[in-house]
Amino acid sequence: MIETHPSLAQQEFIEKEKQHRRNVRFLRLMLLVLLLSIWELCARLGIINDFIFSSPTRVTMTFIDMVKDHSIFVHTGVTVMETLISFVLVVGFGLLISILLWSSRSISEVLEPYLVMLNSLPKSALAPILIVWLGNNIKTIIVASISVAVFGCIMTLHTGFSQTDPDKIKLIYSLGGTKKDVLLKVLLPSSIPLIISNMKVNIGLCLVGVIIGEFLAANKGLGYLIIYGSQVFKMDLVVMSIVILCIVSAILYQGITILEKKIKF
Amino acid sequence: MKPKLEVRGVSYSYHSLEGETLALSDISFTAENGEFLAIVGPSGCGKSTLLSLLSGLLTPDTGEILIDGVSQAESFSNIGYMLQRDHLFEWRTIMGNAELGLEIQKKLDSTSKEKLHQMLLTYGLGNFEQAKPSELSGGMRQRAALVRTLALEPDLLLLDEPFSALDYQTRLSVCDDISSIIKSTHKTAILITHDLSEAISVADRVIVLTSRPGRMKAIVPVSFGDDYIRPLMRRNMPEFSVFFNQVWKELQNHD
Repeated sequence: MIETHPSLAQQEFIEKEKQHRRNVRFLRLMLLVLLLSIWELCARLGIINDFIFSSPTRVTMTFIDMVKDHSIFVHTGVTVMETLISFVLVVGFGLLISILLWSSRSISEVLEPYLVMLNSLPKSALAPILIVWLGNNIKTIIVASISVAVFGCIMTLHTGFSQTDPDKIKLIYSLGGTKKDVLLKVLLPSSIPLIISNMKVNIGLCLVGVIIGEFLAANKGLGYLIIYGSQVFKMDLVVMSIVILCIVSAILYQGITILEKKIKF
Repeated sequence: MKPKLEVRGVSYSYHSLEGETLALSDISFTAENGEFLAIVGPSGCGKSTLLSLLSGLLTPDTGEILIDGVSQAESFSNIGYMLQRDHLFEWRTIMGNAELGLEIQKKLDSTSKEKLHQMLLTYGLGNFEQAKPSELSGGMRQRAALVRTLALEPDLLLLDEPFSALDYQTRLSVCDDISSIIKSTHKTAILITHDLSEAISVADRVIVLTSRPGRMKAIVPVSFGDDYIRPLMRRNMPEFSVFFNQVWKELQNHD
């Protein structure tokens, strides 16, 4: 409750709380500045070899050069696009298949060991096969990315679906509903928080999958830049790509968080 | 006149790989139109199973259940089922929750919406139509659940310990509240409870079941005179303890 005239103690409490938050924000920023300064300093003083370890200024210079010739936008754009495509497909397939598993006890019990096995299989092992089957192109990257995320997604959603309150399901039947009503009126609406928290995991996994794919089968994208950079020993390029990758993954995650807040009930 | 509900020699067993469990054995009783029955029994006597059978969610192994003289499976009459908790959906408003049954049976139109609106108004939820269930008190939630059940105009109401999730004080007043609503709409109702005073305070007759497997133990008519008396008033009347002792004794003596 917001009082119109907060008491003195309340004001003090709020002031203290605000001060604490300001401190946290300041210290976070200082930590970053400190780490970057140490890195830069070590590079300048020759404590570390900046040809191998790069340095903040060298990374920035590389970034500015690539902004000038627009190539950085192409590479980042390709990676983001591939991630989003595979994310949409993972969520779509994940939902469809987990609903199918929920709808039939036999199907889910037959498929369960296969799903467990596929889920624990290291998906990077599939990448070379995918290249041979699908070719050196975006299809391989997207399939690799889907394979990383989709099995876990199906299993999480299916577990969530099967934990739906049986009394809520009984309620639907007692009101004369069918299995379809259970799905549309109880299962999906009650699973929205689960679906969204699962999306947060999946967007990260899709990015992992896309980078694995780009390591092997790409001539564009941040994963390609990292591999290319390491092969020609341009460590500035590698470090810069990793920094951009950090920022991209943070933005994608934030996107889902915003979506979560919008449909919160 | 035919009784509203007639149960004849109903038995039901649960099956699992460990074996077969007889839950109900040879249950027979009738409920007249507008009558309020309470079923009491020790826990695990198959009370909830009985309601699932009456509502048609389960089919009896033997015996038959007749509603207005027609077998339950072929009967088209609506049966309202109130579960132990209100199960209002948090992602719907109170109006949305009340509409659920009509929506499922595809009976939702402007007339039925208007009627729902009136019902919510009558039961003191008029200002909460657009509220989320979490904004309501336990008693109001239970009333909203009752509106959801009554919206389908059931001929027969089944109440499966609908007050057991509430704290004692709320429970007394909600029980008072809901049983008055049911009485005023002249519905036939069957209440399951393990609370003897609750049973005696609302019912016209109390059916006592034995422990597993549930068998008919006794039917105790509870009469406080011809006029309807609210449950809270009944609890203060001298006859109350007489009936209480009578039902209590039936539950206690094992034969």
